[in-house]
Amino acid sequence: MSTPTAHATLRGVTRIYPSLVHALGPVDLDLRQGEFFSVVGPSGCGKSTLLDVLAGLSAPTSGTIAFEGRPVNGVPDGVGVVFQEDSSFAWLNVQDNVAFGLRRAGMEAAEIKRRVEYALGFMGLRDFATAFPAQLSGGMRQRVCIARTLVMQPRLILLDEPFGALDQQTRLLMGDELLRLWRETGATVMLITHALDEAAMLSDRVGVMSSRPGCFIDLAVTDWPRARDSRIVSDPAFGLLTARLWSSLRAESMKAIGRVA
Amino acid sequence: MRGVALTRLGVIAAFIALLEALCRFGIVKPLTLVAPSRMVGTLIDLIQAGDVGDDAARTAIEVAGAFVLAILLGVSIGAVIHAIPRLRRAVAPVLVSWYAVPSFVFYPLFIALLGLSEAPLIAIGAFSATPAMVVATISGLDRVPRVLRRVARVHRMGFWDTLRHITLPSALPSLFTGVKLAFAYAFIGVIAGEFILSGGGLGYAIAYAYESFETAKMYALMLLVLGVGVAVNAGLHTWEGRLLRRRQR
Repeated sequence: MSTPTAHATLRGVTRIYPSLVHALGPVDLDLRQGEFFSVVGPSGCGKSTLLDVLAGLSAPTSGTIAFEGRPVNGVPDGVGVVFQEDSSFAWLNVQDNVAFGLRRAGMEAAEIKRRVEYALGFMGLRDFATAFPAQLSGGMRQRVCIARTLVMQPRLILLDEPFGALDQQTRLLMGDELLRLWRETGATVMLITHALDEAAMLSDRVGVMSSRPGCFIDLAVTDWPRARDSRIVSDPAFGLLTARLWSSLRAESMKAIGRVA
Repeated sequence: MRGVALTRLGVIAAFIALLEALCRFGIVKPLTLVAPSRMVGTLIDLIQAGDVGDDAARTAIEVAGAFVLAILLGVSIGAVIHAIPRLRRAVAPVLVSWYAVPSFVFYPLFIALLGLSEAPLIAIGAFSATPAMVVATISGLDRVPRVLRRVARVHRMGFWDTLRHITLPSALPSLFTGVKLAFAYAFIGVIAGEFILSGGGLGYAIAYAYESFETAKMYALMLLVLGVGVAVNAGLHTWEGRLLRRRQR
Protein backbone atom coordinates (compact mmCIF):
# COMPACT_ATOMS: atom_id res chain seq x y z
CA MET A 1 0.00 0.00 0.00
CA SER A 2 2.67 2.47 1.01
CA THR A 3 5.09 3.99 -1.45
CA PRO A 4 8.67 2.63 -1.29
CA THR A 5 10.00 5.84 0.30
CA ALA A 6 7.18 6.24 2.84
CA HIS A 7 8.62 6.83 6.30
CA ALA A 8 5.29 6.81 8.08
CA THR A 9 1.90 5.80 6.77
CA LEU A 10 -1.65 6.26 7.98
CA ARG A 11 -4.46 4.23 6.45
CA GLY A 12 -8.12 4.89 7.20
CA VAL A 13 -7.22 6.40 10.56
CA THR A 14 -10.11 7.75 12.65
CA ARG A 15 -10.34 8.89 16.22
CA ILE A 16 -13.63 9.08 18.06
CA TYR A 17 -13.45 10.22 21.67
CA PRO A 18 -15.35 8.42 24.42
CA SER A 19 -17.70 11.43 24.43
CA LEU A 20 -18.55 10.28 20.88
CA VAL A 21 -16.96 13.38 19.36
CA HIS A 22 -15.66 12.28 15.99
CA ALA A 23 -12.39 14.20 15.97
CA LEU A 24 -10.47 12.79 13.05
CA GLY A 25 -10.63 11.06 9.75
CA PRO A 26 -10.69 8.83 7.99
CA VAL A 27 -7.18 9.97 7.09
CA ASP A 28 -4.77 8.42 4.59
CA LEU A 29 -1.27 9.85 4.48
CA ASP A 30 2.24 8.88 3.46
CA LEU A 31 5.04 10.89 5.00
CA ARG A 32 8.01 10.53 2.66
CA GLN A 33 11.47 9.88 3.99
CA GLY A 34 13.16 13.21 4.78
CA GLU A 35 10.31 15.49 3.71
CA PHE A 36 9.00 18.55 5.52
CA PHE A 37 5.24 18.13 5.74
CA SER A 38 2.92 20.68 7.30
CA VAL A 39 -0.70 20.31 8.32
CA VAL A 40 -3.00 23.33 8.37
CA GLY A 41 -6.67 23.35 9.25
CA PRO A 42 -9.36 25.26 11.08
CA SER A 43 -9.38 25.38 14.87
CA GLY A 44 -10.52 22.14 16.48
CA CYS A 45 -10.29 20.15 13.23
CA GLY A 46 -8.24 17.35 14.76
CA LYS A 47 -4.72 18.44 13.78
CA SER A 48 -3.34 17.73 17.22
CA THR A 49 -5.27 14.47 17.36
CA LEU A 50 -3.55 13.49 14.12
CA LEU A 51 -0.17 14.19 15.70
CA ASP A 52 -1.12 12.26 18.84
CA VAL A 53 -2.07 9.10 16.98
CA LEU A 54 0.97 9.31 14.69
CA ALA A 55 3.23 9.76 17.73
CA GLY A 56 1.61 6.77 19.43
CA LEU A 57 0.41 8.99 22.29
CA SER A 58 -3.16 7.86 21.69
CA ALA A 59 -4.55 4.91 19.78
CA PRO A 60 -6.74 5.44 16.71
CA THR A 61 -10.34 4.23 16.90
CA SER A 62 -9.88 2.51 13.54
CA GLY A 63 -7.24 2.30 10.84
CA THR A 64 -3.54 1.52 10.90
CA ILE A 65 -0.40 3.57 11.45
CA ALA A 66 3.10 2.42 10.60
CA PHE A 67 6.48 4.00 11.20
CA GLU A 68 9.46 2.59 9.28
CA GLY A 69 7.31 -0.34 8.28
CA ARG A 70 6.31 -1.34 11.81
CA PRO A 71 2.86 -0.75 13.29
CA VAL A 72 2.74 2.08 15.82
CA ASN A 73 1.72 0.94 19.27
CA GLY A 74 2.96 3.41 21.87
CA VAL A 75 5.63 6.00 21.05
CA PRO A 76 8.12 4.32 18.67
CA ASP A 77 11.87 4.60 19.01
CA GLY A 78 13.16 7.33 16.70
CA VAL A 79 10.17 9.66 17.08
CA GLY A 80 10.58 13.06 18.74
CA VAL A 81 7.74 15.40 19.66
CA VAL A 82 7.80 19.14 20.35
CA PHE A 83 4.63 20.48 21.95
CA GLN A 84 2.99 23.87 21.73
CA GLU A 85 3.05 24.43 25.47
CA ASP A 86 6.28 25.10 27.28
CA SER A 87 7.45 21.65 28.29
CA SER A 88 10.84 22.56 29.70
CA PHE A 89 11.58 21.17 33.15
CA ALA A 90 11.58 24.13 35.55
CA TRP A 91 13.74 22.26 38.06
CA LEU A 92 16.61 21.53 35.65
CA ASN A 93 18.98 24.01 34.07
CA VAL A 94 19.21 24.23 30.29
CA GLN A 95 21.94 21.65 29.79
CA ASP A 96 20.29 19.16 32.14
CA ASN A 97 16.99 19.71 30.34
CA VAL A 98 18.68 18.93 27.04
CA ALA A 99 20.54 15.91 28.46
CA PHE A 100 17.37 14.48 30.05
CA GLY A 101 16.53 11.85 27.42
CA LEU A 102 20.14 10.82 26.90
CA ARG A 103 20.66 10.20 30.63
CA ARG A 104 17.44 8.20 30.72
CA ALA A 105 18.76 6.11 27.84
CA GLY A 106 21.88 5.36 29.90
CA MET A 107 24.30 6.85 27.38
CA GLU A 108 27.89 7.33 28.53
CA ALA A 109 28.82 10.73 29.92
CA ALA A 110 31.30 11.73 27.21
CA GLU A 111 28.78 11.11 24.45
CA ILE A 112 26.07 12.97 26.37
CA LYS A 113 28.40 15.93 26.76
CA ARG A 114 29.27 15.93 23.08
CA ARG A 115 25.67 15.75 21.93
CA VAL A 116 24.42 18.33 24.42
CA GLU A 117 27.15 20.78 23.46
CA TYR A 118 26.30 20.32 19.81
CA ALA A 119 22.56 20.83 20.41
CA LEU A 120 23.16 23.89 22.62
CA GLY A 121 25.37 25.40 19.95
CA PHE A 122 22.93 24.52 17.20
CA MET A 123 20.01 26.16 18.99
CA GLY A 124 22.03 29.21 20.13
CA LEU A 125 21.82 28.23 23.77
CA ARG A 126 25.51 27.86 24.60
CA ASP A 127 25.60 31.00 26.74
CA PHE A 128 22.56 29.84 28.69
CA ALA A 129 23.71 26.30 29.51
CA THR A 130 23.47 26.83 33.26
CA ALA A 131 20.42 29.12 33.20
CA PHE A 132 17.06 27.85 34.42
CA PRO A 133 13.94 28.01 32.22
CA ALA A 134 12.41 30.67 34.48
CA GLN A 135 15.25 32.98 33.47
CA LEU A 136 14.54 32.57 29.74
CA SER A 137 11.99 34.05 27.34
CA GLY A 138 9.23 31.91 25.82
CA GLY A 139 11.16 31.59 22.57
CA MET A 140 14.32 30.48 24.34
CA ARG A 141 12.40 27.90 26.35
CA GLN A 142 10.94 26.49 23.16
CA ARG A 143 14.50 26.24 21.82
CA VAL A 144 15.39 24.23 24.91
CA CYS A 145 12.51 21.85 24.16
CA ILE A 146 13.60 21.53 20.53
CA ALA A 147 17.20 20.91 21.64
CA ARG A 148 15.98 18.24 24.06
CA THR A 149 14.27 16.51 21.14
CA LEU A 150 17.19 17.08 18.76
CA VAL A 151 19.83 15.37 20.96
CA MET A 152 17.89 12.14 20.74
CA GLN A 153 18.55 12.20 16.97
CA PRO A 154 14.95 11.34 16.05
CA ARG A 155 14.26 10.20 12.53
CA LEU A 156 10.73 11.57 12.62
CA ILE A 157 10.14 14.92 14.34
CA LEU A 158 6.53 15.90 15.10
CA LEU A 159 5.88 19.50 16.06
CA ASP A 160 2.50 20.60 17.43
CA GLU A 161 2.27 24.37 16.81
CA PRO A 162 5.65 24.87 18.47
CA PHE A 163 5.76 28.60 17.71
CA GLY A 164 2.10 29.29 18.47
CA ALA A 165 2.88 31.35 21.54
CA LEU A 166 5.68 33.41 19.96
CA ASP A 167 5.62 36.80 18.25
CA GLN A 168 5.80 37.01 14.46
CA GLN A 169 9.49 37.99 14.15
CA THR A 170 10.56 35.23 16.50
CA ARG A 171 8.38 32.79 14.58
CA LEU A 172 10.11 33.62 11.29
CA LEU A 173 13.55 33.19 12.84
CA MET A 174 12.57 29.97 14.61
CA GLY A 175 11.24 28.77 11.25
CA ASP A 176 14.68 29.34 9.76
CA GLU A 177 16.25 27.33 12.55
CA LEU A 178 13.75 24.56 12.05
CA LEU A 179 14.66 24.43 8.35
CA ARG A 180 18.36 24.28 9.23
CA LEU A 181 17.69 21.49 11.72
CA TRP A 182 15.68 19.58 9.13
CA ARG A 183 18.40 19.95 6.47
CA GLU A 184 21.25 18.96 8.73
CA THR A 185 19.60 16.01 10.45
CA GLY A 186 17.85 14.59 7.40
CA ALA A 187 14.88 13.78 9.62
CA THR A 188 11.32 13.63 8.37
CA VAL A 189 9.35 16.53 9.84
CA MET A 190 5.62 16.94 10.35
CA LEU A 191 4.58 20.38 11.55
CA ILE A 192 1.10 21.18 12.81
CA THR A 193 0.36 24.87 12.47
CA HIS A 194 -2.53 27.28 12.14
CA ALA A 195 -0.33 29.80 10.29
CA LEU A 196 -0.66 29.46 6.52
CA ASP A 197 2.47 31.53 5.85
CA GLU A 198 4.49 29.32 8.19
CA ALA A 199 3.30 26.20 6.41
CA ALA A 200 3.93 27.74 2.97
CA MET A 201 7.40 28.95 3.89
CA LEU A 202 8.72 25.80 5.55
CA SER A 203 7.20 22.82 3.79
CA ASP A 204 7.78 20.50 0.87
CA ARG A 205 4.09 19.63 1.05
CA VAL A 206 1.19 21.14 2.91
CA GLY A 207 -1.90 19.12 3.82
CA VAL A 208 -5.09 21.13 4.33
CA MET A 209 -7.61 19.60 6.70
CA SER A 210 -11.37 20.02 6.75
CA SER A 211 -13.31 21.12 9.80
CA ARG A 212 -14.09 18.34 12.30
CA PRO A 213 -13.88 15.44 11.72
CA GLY A 214 -10.60 16.43 10.06
CA CYS A 215 -9.79 14.87 6.69
CA PHE A 216 -7.30 16.06 4.08
CA ILE A 217 -9.08 18.15 1.45
CA ASP A 218 -6.01 19.45 -0.36
CA LEU A 219 -2.33 18.50 -0.65
CA ALA A 220 -0.16 21.33 -2.00
CA VAL A 221 3.39 20.65 -3.24
CA THR A 222 5.60 23.71 -2.82
CA ASP A 223 8.63 22.80 -5.00
CA TRP A 224 10.94 24.91 -2.85
CA PRO A 225 14.65 24.06 -3.02
CA ARG A 226 15.98 22.19 0.01
CA ALA A 227 18.28 25.13 0.80
CA ARG A 228 15.66 27.74 1.67
CA ASP A 229 14.94 30.19 4.42
CA SER A 230 12.42 32.81 5.51
CA ARG A 231 13.42 35.15 2.66
CA ILE A 232 11.26 32.92 0.47
CA VAL A 233 8.29 35.01 1.66
CA SER A 234 9.24 37.63 -0.95
CA ASP A 235 8.99 35.06 -3.79
CA PRO A 236 5.81 35.59 -5.89
CA ALA A 237 5.21 31.84 -5.73
CA PHE A 238 4.93 32.13 -1.95
CA GLY A 239 2.00 34.53 -2.31
CA LEU A 240 0.29 32.25 -4.81
CA LEU A 241 0.75 29.25 -2.55
CA THR A 242 -0.58 31.03 0.53
CA ALA A 243 -3.58 32.22 -1.53
CA ARG A 244 -4.24 28.65 -2.67
CA LEU A 245 -4.08 27.32 0.89
CA TRP A 246 -6.48 29.99 2.06
CA SER A 247 -8.97 29.32 -0.72
CA SER A 248 -8.94 25.64 0.29
CA LEU A 249 -9.33 26.50 3.92
CA ARG A 250 -11.70 29.46 3.95
CA ALA A 251 -14.97 27.55 3.68
CA GLU A 252 -13.81 25.04 6.32
CA SER A 253 -12.74 27.77 8.70
CA MET A 254 -16.14 29.41 8.40
CA LYS A 255 -17.81 26.10 9.14
CA ALA A 256 -15.60 25.75 12.19
CA ILE A 257 -16.81 29.07 13.59
CA GLY A 258 -20.43 28.23 12.74
CA ARG A 259 -20.87 30.39 9.64
CA VAL A 260 -22.01 29.26 6.21
CA ALA A 261 -19.41 29.83 3.50
CA MET B 1 16.29 42.00 51.54
CA ARG B 2 19.02 42.88 54.03
CA GLY B 3 17.06 45.92 55.10
CA VAL B 4 13.96 43.81 55.71
CA ALA B 5 15.93 41.28 57.75
CA LEU B 6 17.50 44.04 59.84
CA THR B 7 14.10 45.63 60.47
CA ARG B 8 12.74 42.23 61.52
CA LEU B 9 15.61 41.74 63.97
CA GLY B 10 15.07 45.25 65.24
CA VAL B 11 11.36 44.63 65.94
CA ILE B 12 12.14 41.41 67.81
CA ALA B 13 14.97 43.05 69.79
CA ALA B 14 12.72 45.99 70.72
CA PHE B 15 9.99 43.61 71.92
CA ILE B 16 12.47 41.64 74.06
CA ALA B 17 13.92 44.89 75.46
CA LEU B 18 10.39 46.04 76.36
CA LEU B 19 9.66 42.78 78.21
CA GLU B 20 13.00 43.02 80.00
CA ALA B 21 12.26 46.60 81.09
CA LEU B 22 8.72 45.77 82.25
CA CYS B 23 10.08 42.97 84.47
CA ARG B 24 13.19 44.79 85.72
CA PHE B 25 11.26 47.83 86.86
CA GLY B 26 8.68 45.67 88.61
CA ILE B 27 5.78 46.79 86.38
CA VAL B 28 5.01 43.12 85.75
CA LYS B 29 5.26 40.82 88.78
CA PRO B 30 7.84 37.99 88.66
CA LEU B 31 5.12 35.41 89.35
CA THR B 32 3.38 36.50 86.13
CA LEU B 33 6.35 36.95 83.85
CA VAL B 34 10.10 36.62 84.31
CA ALA B 35 12.58 38.79 82.45
CA PRO B 36 13.86 37.33 79.16
CA SER B 37 17.42 37.41 80.52
CA ARG B 38 16.29 35.22 83.42
CA MET B 39 14.46 32.86 81.06
CA VAL B 40 17.70 32.34 79.14
CA GLY B 41 19.71 31.96 82.34
CA THR B 42 17.29 29.40 83.77
CA LEU B 43 17.23 27.49 80.49
CA ILE B 44 21.03 27.28 80.45
CA ASP B 45 20.98 26.06 84.07
CA LEU B 46 18.33 23.45 83.25
CA ILE B 47 20.31 22.18 80.28
CA GLN B 48 23.57 22.08 82.25
CA ALA B 49 21.89 20.22 85.10
CA GLY B 50 20.54 17.70 82.59
CA ASP B 51 16.95 18.41 83.60
CA VAL B 52 15.45 18.81 80.12
CA GLY B 53 17.29 16.17 78.12
CA ASP B 54 14.83 13.33 78.66
CA ASP B 55 11.74 15.44 78.09
CA ALA B 56 13.23 17.08 75.00
CA ALA B 57 14.28 13.72 73.56
CA ARG B 58 10.83 12.27 74.15
CA THR B 59 9.12 15.25 72.49
CA ALA B 60 11.58 15.13 69.59
CA ILE B 61 10.83 11.45 68.97
CA GLU B 62 7.08 12.05 69.16
CA VAL B 63 7.17 15.07 66.83
CA ALA B 64 9.44 13.27 64.38
CA GLY B 65 7.17 10.22 64.43
CA ALA B 66 4.03 12.32 63.90
CA PHE B 67 5.72 14.37 61.16
CA VAL B 68 7.01 11.38 59.19
CA LEU B 69 3.71 9.55 59.59
CA ALA B 70 1.76 12.61 58.43
CA ILE B 71 3.95 12.97 55.33
CA LEU B 72 3.69 9.28 54.39
CA LEU B 73 -0.06 9.16 55.02
CA GLY B 74 -0.70 12.58 53.49
CA VAL B 75 1.15 11.87 50.26
CA SER B 76 -0.44 8.40 49.89
CA ILE B 77 -3.97 9.57 50.66
CA GLY B 78 -3.52 12.69 48.50
CA ALA B 79 -2.32 10.60 45.56
CA VAL B 80 -5.27 8.21 45.84
CA ILE B 81 -7.79 11.05 46.11
CA HIS B 82 -6.19 12.81 43.15
CA ALA B 83 -6.37 9.65 41.06
CA ILE B 84 -10.10 9.07 41.68
CA PRO B 85 -12.11 12.19 40.73
CA ARG B 86 -15.33 10.79 42.19
CA LEU B 87 -13.67 10.20 45.57
CA ARG B 88 -12.21 13.68 45.39
CA ARG B 89 -15.59 15.30 44.86
CA ALA B 90 -16.90 13.29 47.80
CA VAL B 91 -14.16 14.11 50.31
CA ALA B 92 -13.20 17.66 49.27
CA PRO B 93 -15.62 19.32 51.76
CA VAL B 94 -14.28 17.13 54.56
CA LEU B 95 -10.69 18.08 53.78
CA VAL B 96 -11.30 21.81 53.70
CA SER B 97 -13.33 21.77 56.93
CA TRP B 98 -10.91 19.51 58.80
CA TYR B 99 -9.42 22.46 60.66
CA ALA B 100 -12.81 23.22 62.15
CA VAL B 101 -12.55 19.90 64.01
CA PRO B 102 -10.75 20.27 67.37
CA SER B 103 -8.60 17.17 66.90
CA PHE B 104 -7.93 16.93 70.63
CA VAL B 105 -11.44 15.63 71.23
CA PHE B 106 -10.11 12.39 69.74
CA TYR B 107 -7.24 12.22 72.21
CA PRO B 108 -9.11 10.03 74.74
CA LEU B 109 -9.95 7.69 71.90
CA PHE B 110 -6.28 7.39 70.92
CA ILE B 111 -5.36 6.68 74.53
CA ALA B 112 -8.04 4.00 74.73
CA LEU B 113 -6.78 2.48 71.48
CA LEU B 114 -3.02 2.83 71.95
CA GLY B 115 -2.50 2.99 75.70
CA LEU B 116 -0.86 5.73 77.76
CA SER B 117 2.50 5.92 76.00
CA GLU B 118 4.14 7.93 73.22
CA ALA B 119 1.88 6.30 70.64
CA PRO B 120 -1.31 8.35 71.22
CA LEU B 121 0.77 11.54 71.12
CA ILE B 122 2.29 10.53 67.81
CA ALA B 123 -1.23 9.70 66.63
CA ILE B 124 -2.67 13.06 67.69
CA GLY B 125 0.24 14.90 66.01
CA ALA B 126 -0.17 12.92 62.80
CA PHE B 127 -3.95 13.34 62.98
CA SER B 128 -3.54 17.13 63.07
CA ALA B 129 -0.82 17.26 60.42
CA THR B 130 -1.99 14.76 57.79
CA PRO B 131 -4.79 16.85 56.20
CA ALA B 132 -2.34 19.67 55.37
CA MET B 133 -0.14 17.16 53.57
CA VAL B 134 -3.14 15.62 51.76
CA VAL B 135 -4.28 19.03 50.50
CA ALA B 136 -0.73 19.99 49.47
CA THR B 137 -0.29 16.70 47.63
CA ILE B 138 -3.54 17.10 45.70
CA SER B 139 -2.70 20.67 44.79
CA GLY B 140 0.85 19.69 43.79
CA LEU B 141 -0.43 16.90 41.53
CA ASP B 142 -2.96 19.32 40.03
CA ARG B 143 -0.11 21.61 39.08
CA VAL B 144 1.88 19.05 37.11
CA PRO B 145 1.30 20.33 33.55
CA ARG B 146 -0.40 17.79 31.31
CA VAL B 147 2.23 18.40 28.65
CA LEU B 148 4.96 17.10 30.98
CA ARG B 149 3.12 13.79 31.32
CA ARG B 150 3.08 13.66 27.53
CA VAL B 151 6.82 14.38 27.43
CA ALA B 152 7.28 11.44 29.81
CA ARG B 153 5.38 9.21 27.41
CA VAL B 154 7.45 10.40 24.46
CA HIS B 155 10.51 9.36 26.49
CA ARG B 156 8.74 6.05 27.08
CA MET B 157 8.92 6.39 30.85
CA GLY B 158 6.97 4.00 33.04
CA PHE B 159 4.89 4.92 36.08
CA TRP B 160 7.72 4.98 38.63
CA ASP B 161 10.16 6.83 36.37
CA THR B 162 7.50 9.42 35.59
CA LEU B 163 6.77 9.80 39.29
CA ARG B 164 10.43 10.24 40.18
CA HIS B 165 11.62 12.39 37.30
CA ILE B 166 8.52 14.38 36.33
CA THR B 167 5.69 14.30 38.86
CA LEU B 168 7.61 14.76 42.11
CA PRO B 169 9.95 17.54 40.95
CA SER B 170 7.06 19.30 39.28
CA ALA B 171 4.84 19.08 42.38
CA LEU B 172 7.69 19.92 44.76
CA PRO B 173 6.77 23.55 45.52
CA SER B 174 3.30 22.54 46.76
CA LEU B 175 4.62 19.47 48.54
CA PHE B 176 7.11 21.61 50.41
CA THR B 177 4.37 23.91 51.62
CA GLY B 178 2.65 20.78 52.94
CA VAL B 179 5.84 19.64 54.67
CA LYS B 180 6.20 22.97 56.47
CA LEU B 181 2.57 22.95 57.59
CA ALA B 182 2.78 19.29 58.59
CA PHE B 183 5.73 20.04 60.86
CA ALA B 184 3.91 22.95 62.49
CA TYR B 185 0.73 20.93 63.10
CA ALA B 186 2.64 17.88 64.33
CA PHE B 187 4.61 20.03 66.75
CA ILE B 188 1.51 21.80 68.06
CA GLY B 189 -0.39 18.51 68.33
CA VAL B 190 2.33 16.75 70.29
CA ILE B 191 3.10 19.60 72.69
CA ALA B 192 -0.58 20.22 73.36
CA GLY B 193 -1.18 16.50 73.84
CA GLU B 194 1.64 16.35 76.39
CA PHE B 195 0.00 19.25 78.22
CA ILE B 196 -3.28 17.43 78.61
CA LEU B 197 -2.26 13.94 79.55
CA SER B 198 1.25 12.60 79.55
CA GLY B 199 4.02 11.57 81.91
CA GLY B 200 6.87 13.21 80.01
CA GLY B 201 7.90 15.51 77.22
CA LEU B 202 8.36 19.26 77.06
CA GLY B 203 4.61 19.99 77.10
CA TYR B 204 4.27 17.92 80.26
CA ALA B 205 7.30 19.64 81.82
CA ILE B 206 5.81 23.07 81.13
CA ALA B 207 2.46 22.07 82.62
CA TYR B 208 4.22 20.56 85.64
CA ALA B 209 6.28 23.72 86.22
CA TYR B 210 3.11 25.78 85.91
CA GLU B 211 1.28 23.72 88.48
CA SER B 212 4.16 23.87 90.94
CA PHE B 213 4.60 27.66 90.57
CA GLU B 214 8.07 27.30 89.06
CA THR B 215 7.52 30.34 86.87
CA ALA B 216 11.13 30.78 85.77
CA LYS B 217 11.38 27.12 84.75
CA MET B 218 8.07 27.29 82.91
CA TYR B 219 9.17 30.29 80.88
CA ALA B 220 12.57 28.78 80.20
CA LEU B 221 10.91 25.65 78.78
CA MET B 222 8.45 27.76 76.76
CA LEU B 223 11.44 29.62 75.34
CA LEU B 224 13.02 26.31 74.39
CA VAL B 225 9.84 25.13 72.60
CA LEU B 226 9.52 28.45 70.82
CA GLY B 227 13.20 28.38 69.81
CA VAL B 228 12.99 24.82 68.46
CA GLY B 229 9.80 25.61 66.50
CA VAL B 230 11.30 28.74 64.96
CA ALA B 231 14.65 27.04 64.23
CA VAL B 232 13.10 24.04 62.47
CA ASN B 233 10.80 26.29 60.45
CA ALA B 234 13.69 28.55 59.48
CA GLY B 235 15.69 25.48 58.47
CA LEU B 236 12.83 24.17 56.30
CA HIS B 237 12.37 27.62 54.82
CA THR B 238 16.04 27.90 53.90
CA TRP B 239 16.04 24.43 52.40
CA GLU B 240 12.94 25.27 50.38
CA GLY B 241 14.53 28.48 49.17
CA ARG B 242 17.62 26.62 48.05
CA LEU B 243 15.59 23.99 46.20
CA LEU B 244 13.17 26.35 44.52
CA ARG B 245 15.13 29.58 44.19
CA ARG B 246 15.89 29.35 40.52
CA ARG B 247 12.67 27.88 39.19
CA GLN B 248 10.12 30.53 40.14
CA ARG B 249 8.15 31.59 37.09
